[in-house]
Amino acid sequence: MAMSEQEILAGLAEIVNEETGLDAESVQMDKSFTDDLDIDSLSMMTIVVNAEDKFGVRIPDEEVKNLSTVGDAVTYISANQS
Amino acid sequence: MSSTSTTTNLLEGKKLLVTGVLMDSSIAFHVARLAQEQGAEVVLTSFGRTMRITQTIAKRLPSTPPVVELDVTNDEHLDTLAERLGEHVPHLDGVLHSIGYAPPGAFEFMSGTWEDVATALHTSAYSLKGLAQASLPLMSRGGSLVGLTFDASFAWPVYDWMGVAKAAFEATNRYLARDLGRGHGVRCNLVAAGPIRTTAAKSIPGFEAFENTWDQRAPLGWDVDDPEPAALACVALLSDLFPATTAEIVHVDGGVHAMGQ
Repeated sequence: MAMSEQEILAGLAEIVNEETGLDAESVQMDKSFTDDLDIDSLSMMTIVVNAEDKFGVRIPDEEVKNLSTVGDAVTYISANQS
Repeated sequence: MSSTSTTTNLLEGKKLLVTGVLMDSSIAFHVARLAQEQGAEVVLTSFGRTMRITQTIAKRLPSTPPVVELDVTNDEHLDTLAERLGEHVPHLDGVLHSIGYAPPGAFEFMSGTWEDVATALHTSAYSLKGLAQASLPLMSRGGSLVGLTFDASFAWPVYDWMGVAKAAFEATNRYLARDLGRGHGVRCNLVAAGPIRTTAAKSIPGFEAFENTWDQRAPLGWDVDDPEPAALACVALLSDLFPATTAEIVHVDGGVHAMGQ
């Protein structure tokens, strides 16, 4: 069954926490990966591949650059999950 | 392209070290995948912060291989490689070198500093010797060392000092072939692949300059999104099918290298 956006957010926050040590609570929909969460391109790649496995989605490189906020990522995953 | 391999068990029982698996678009990922499909046991390397990516991507292979830490510019990593690999495989029959890095400044030929160029040469060319030497203690039965190059016979758009590093890489392969042939029985060959849209390629500013013309110039055509032809050539060179071939560069570029225009 498809996950809700809240469930995706919680899962994504867990992945971000594992990669960066950031509090899961600080991973909110309106936060920018680079400007607010200070996530660099290598951490972003790690987060993306882990999110792909966790949510069963494919996030092409061309799409990653459009995912500037956590909300963008949650919306993309929600729309593309199998 | 899906797997086009028509033979089976080309690498039955072989133990291979595969460097350079980052994403599943990596040429090295497809070498590891095809090698496993052909019966090989594979160990991957990665290093530093990319370890976690490689470990996640490794799970997408037919069977999940161990990932050993190796920064080819770190002497301690190289000195202890054979011992650390020994925990996973009793010996090695083949090694894939799929490693290259140049700082952004190295892609501006006239303004690239020696520091930029030195990094490019160390990581992308000298590392072939380092990897070969570090693997040699496990290759007492001989074997095959295969590397990936981008034809260094020409001055390309945007490739700049990375092109110079690839020229050094190709020369390094020839000297390794000289020194590791008699006595060691290790064959050293390179695959010169056409442009493939990997993470490494996409990090080169202006890479599209290659992509746009290659397909038109190639007698066989060229698909920048298909890493499998280059990976198949690596697998063939890692197999026993080229027992008398060393110091060679096999072009997997749709034929572009031989065309005048």
